[in-house]
Amino acid sequence: MTATDAPSIANTAPDTPARSDAATTPALSISGVSHSYGARRALIDIDFTVPPASFTALLGLNGAGKSTLFSLVTRLFGIQSGRIGIFGHDIGREPGEALRLLGVVFQPRTLDLDLSVMQNLLYHAALHGIGRRDARQRADQVLTQIGLADRAGSKVRDLSGGQMRRLEIARALLHRPRLLLLDEATVGLDVKARADILSHVRQLVADEGIGVLWATHLFDEIMPGDNLVILHQGRVLARGEVAQVLGEAGAQDVNTAFMRLTGARSEGSAP
Amino acid sequence: MSSTTLHNRPSGFSLAEYATCLNGIVWREALRFLHQRERFVSALVRPLVWLFIFAAGFRQVLGISIIPPYETYILYEVYIAPGLMAMIQLFNGMQSSLSMVYDREMGNMRTLLVSPLPRWYLLFCKLLAGTAVSLLQVYAFLLIAWFWDITPPPLGYLTVLPALILSGLMLGALGMLISSGIKQLENFAGVMNFVIFPMFFASSALYPLWRVQEGSPMLYYLCQWNPFTHAVELIRFALYGQVNWISLAVVGGCTAVFMIGAIFAYDPSRGLARRGPAGGET
Repeated sequence: MTATDAPSIANTAPDTPARSDAATTPALSISGVSHSYGARRALIDIDFTVPPASFTALLGLNGAGKSTLFSLVTRLFGIQSGRIGIFGHDIGREPGEALRLLGVVFQPRTLDLDLSVMQNLLYHAALHGIGRRDARQRADQVLTQIGLADRAGSKVRDLSGGQMRRLEIARALLHRPRLLLLDEATVGLDVKARADILSHVRQLVADEGIGVLWATHLFDEIMPGDNLVILHQGRVLARGEVAQVLGEAGAQDVNTAFMRLTGARSEGSAP
Repeated sequence: MSSTTLHNRPSGFSLAEYATCLNGIVWREALRFLHQRERFVSALVRPLVWLFIFAAGFRQVLGISIIPPYETYILYEVYIAPGLMAMIQLFNGMQSSLSMVYDREMGNMRTLLVSPLPRWYLLFCKLLAGTAVSLLQVYAFLLIAWFWDITPPPLGYLTVLPALILSGLMLGALGMLISSGIKQLENFAGVMNFVIFPMFFASSALYPLWRVQEGSPMLYYLCQWNPFTHAVELIRFALYGQVNWISLAVVGGCTAVFMIGAIFAYDPSRGLARRGPAGGET
C-alpha cells in the first residue's frame, strides 16, 4: 500500500495544533546537548532544530550517536547538559506535555509479539490515557491507513517485518503526535517495504504537517528537499537543507558530501 | 507557548486518563498471563508440591505448638499454607522482574517508558498489575488447599485480601528494584540463588521462629530481619481475621522503600541512563 490513497488522520483529529503557533515554534529543538557513558563521550554539543511539517534526515555511521540522541529526546535517558524542546516544551521540565506531542519508532522492534495487532494499539492508546471507545476508532482508522485492517485480530508474531514496521508507525501516530521520530525504521526490510514506509512518512509530512526526524545510514532515503543533519563521532558536522550541505561540502550528491565531511568510504550507505 | 494553545487541550492529565492508563496496563498483564498458561500452572504446582509432598512428609517430624493466631493445635499443612501463599507472591514478583528485564532487552519496555504520564505512576501501575495476577494465583491455591482440609474461617478469605495486596506490592516492588540492576537476562539466575531461596528459607514460612531459635539464634535474628517473614506473618494473621501490627508496619515500610528505590533506579537521569543504548544500537 502507498500512503497516497490513505485517509488523513489529521482531518478528523480533534486536537490538531493551532497552525500559526506550530509554524513559529520548532517541532524539535536541540541545543548544546552532550552525553557521556562514563569516560566515553557519545554526543558532543549537539545543536539543530526540526521545523514543523518538515522531513529532517539524521545521517550517521553506526556508532555516531543517533540512538543515544533518540534516547535523550524520548526521555529514556536523562539530559546531562544542554536542552531539548518539543514544540517549546522542555523534555526535562515538562516531560508529559513534550511526550504527548511525540511519536516514536525505535530501532529495535517494540511490539508485543504475543498480543494481536489491535491489542498492541489499544495498549499504546491506554498509555496515553485514550479511552477504549476512542482508541478503537483511532485504531481502525490507522489500520485502514496502513493497509492492515484485515489483520487486526492477528498475532503480531505472524506479521512480516514490513508489516510490523508499518504497525509501529501506525502505533506511533495513534495519539496524534506533531513530531515523529524514526530510528533506522527501514533496516532489514526489502526494497518495496522500504519504499512504502518512506513514502508513507513523507505523505504524513505533506498532509498532516507532522515534523519528522528520520535517522538513517542509507543515502538513497534522502531527497533534495529534505533537511539534513550529519552526525559523526558524536558531533554535528553539517546541518541545513540538502542543497546547502552539498554546497558547503562542495559535493554533487549526499554520498560524496558525507565522505568528504567524515573521511569515510562508502557506496550507497554509511558503512 | 503553552500546551493549551498548541494542542487545544489543558496541561496535565485528568483522573480519567490516569484510570485508563492503569486499566490498560493491568489488562495487558492479564492478557500476557492468560497467554502463558504454563506460567499459571507452574505457579500453582510449586506450592502444591510443598503442600502435598513436603508437608505430608514433615507432618510427624515438625510439631507445632499453639501460637498466635492459632487457638488450637494445627496440622503442619495448615501452618505452612500462609508461607506458600507468600511464596507464590515472591515468585510472581521475581517473575515480573524477569519479564521487565526481558521487555527491556526486547525493547518493549520503551513503549511503557515513553508514555507521557509520570514515570512513577507507570511503574506503580505495573506493580499493581503484577499484584493482581498474583492474587489470582493465590486464590486458586486456596481453592485447591480447601480440598486438602486447609479451611480458614470463611471471612478469612476476605480479610486476607488487603494483606495479600500489600505483600504483593512489597515483593513486586522488590522485583522491580532488582530488575533495574540486572543488565542481561542471563544474570537472572543469580536472583534465584541470592534472593528467592535465602528469603524463603530464612523466614517463618516453613517453621515457626521459636523452632528456628532453638536451632540457631543467629538464623533466628536473620529471620526476624527478613521482610518476607513479615509478609508471611501478615498473611497468616489476616487469614484468621487478625492484624499483626509489627508485620504490617514492616511490610508497609519495605513496600515504600523498595518502590522509591525502583522509581529512583528507573529515573531517566539516574539508573537507565548509565547503561547506554541496547546492543546493536548506536
